Amino acid sequence: MMSHLDGNAIAGPLSEIFGADMTMASGRCGGCGDVSPLAMAMVYLKPNAYIVRCHVCDTMLIMVVESRASVAIEIEGLDSLVIPR
Amino acid sequence: MTSTWKVGTVAAIHAETPTARTLELDVPDWPGNLAGQHLDLRLTAPDGYTATRSYSIASADSGPRVQLAVDRLPDGEVSPYLVNDVIVGDELEVRGPLGGWFVWRPEQTEPVQLIGGGSGIVPLMAMIRAHEAAGSTARFRLLYSVREPGDAFFAAELAELERSSEHLEITWVYTRKTPDGWPTPAGRVTPAILEASTISAAENPTVFVCGPTGFVEAVADILVELGHSSGSVKTERFGGA
Amino acid sequence: MAVFSRGFTGRRHEQNDALPPGQYLTEDFPVLSAGPTPKVPTDTWQFSVRNENDDVTTWNWDEFQALGPEEIHTDIHCVTRWSKLGTSWRGVSLDRVFEKIDTSFEYVMASSYGGYTTNVPLADLLDGKAWIATEFEGGPLDPEHGGPARLLVPHLYFWKSAKWVRGLQMLPTDEPGFWEQNGYNIYGDPWKEQRYW
Repeated sequence: MMSHLDGNAIAGPLSEIFGADMTMASGRCGGCGDVSPLAMAMVYLKPNAYIVRCHVCDTMLIMVVESRASVAIEIEGLDSLVIPR
Repeated sequence: MTSTWKVGTVAAIHAETPTARTLELDVPDWPGNLAGQHLDLRLTAPDGYTATRSYSIASADSGPRVQLAVDRLPDGEVSPYLVNDVIVGDELEVRGPLGGWFVWRPEQTEPVQLIGGGSGIVPLMAMIRAHEAAGSTARFRLLYSVREPGDAFFAAELAELERSSEHLEITWVYTRKTPDGWPTPAGRVTPAILEASTISAAENPTVFVCGPTGFVEAVADILVELGHSSGSVKTERFGGA
Repeated sequence: MAVFSRGFTGRRHEQNDALPPGQYLTEDFPVLSAGPTPKVPTDTWQFSVRNENDDVTTWNWDEFQALGPEEIHTDIHCVTRWSKLGTSWRGVSLDRVFEKIDTSFEYVMASSYGGYTTNVPLADLLDGKAWIATEFEGGPLDPEHGGPARLLVPHLYFWKSAKWVRGLQMLPTDEPGFWEQNGYNIYGDPWKEQRYW
């Protein structure tokens, strides 16, 4: 059974939010300091949300929760996020 | 914009395996795509219910034609519709091309090791086709793991490309049933198989691994044990439904 | 402007009186998780209940099993629209657990190894409606399905049946747990389709 995917799987919804290809965006994990493209992160899909975790230490980097009215993005676990132009 | 939904029309369909088929879509606004990219496909029911899934693109062309290859998942919602119900002329909404990380560009010259499990061959096929179309002399090696011979996608094309190309080498792994007379018994990809049949870490290849999550993680762990740096191993996991 | 997909209806919703509205039957047991699976050996596992006076009652694995597990046959309904009918579990009724707890609070926050929380009214945990389950279909509960022990509240959507449960906290009012803060219904009755906000 599927447990998780990786950052490639959410390229579409993230591109809608950020207007850029986020698989190449590099994030610095607030838990362990690892710097990697989001494509390498682990992604857990929920029916109205997705959770992006560090591929090294499983810290929650990003949580996106979608409802009819809004998209809420929590990025507490990221020290920084660099989005290529 | 790659982030907006576009309407594609199914232009051609053919069976790939007993449970999978290839769909060719004409998407008028499609900007072309790189080898390895994917798209999101959205189905909408009459009551407005929608279901969206990601599919790798098997083609790597500059024009409006996009080829997908979809395997029917037993308990799936979207894949059975695409494999059983869609006919030529149907309209399907797509968003893409998506992803800039799991891609191969013809200007890359380093050796490339492709490792696919099941329908994980699809983005790798796009890379093999782009490699061939560009006349690239970069060394390409594919290890393709399938349950049994009849489950292989693109079997005839792969066989023909391996025969005609000086730069492509293919290793088949059968996990449940081998062809008659096959020298080794059926079984999963092992460290010994990867060591014997893939480009070694010493040659600094870029490695692309695509398949179900369990397959990808097992293979990636072995590759790191075999000396590949985790930065040179690019992975794409798929789930499904 | 939606483009309708000819002949697409989503999953077939079968006519079956045991199925809440909008659910379909599955033989699978899909795994839906928000993070990696915690590995909790039974020899370090603990379960505790904290009341309004901050009195904490704690059981280790053997003490908990001594409360007397029972057989459970029930249907389960996931908010992602799958239902499984006639599943078999073994676990300790929360009636046994609450025999030991002195509380006048009426709401409960369940918390899990791994950090997740979900809220349930106490009335929904008592009178034979909920268990701490440790076996599924005759074997120990798999970690991916919440083992060694999960809350089992089958009359609510299955996210209320917290995997890897480690404790219950009594509360004076109903407060949202992790997913309830993030869009899931505060109560989660499958027969009323209380899915999301």
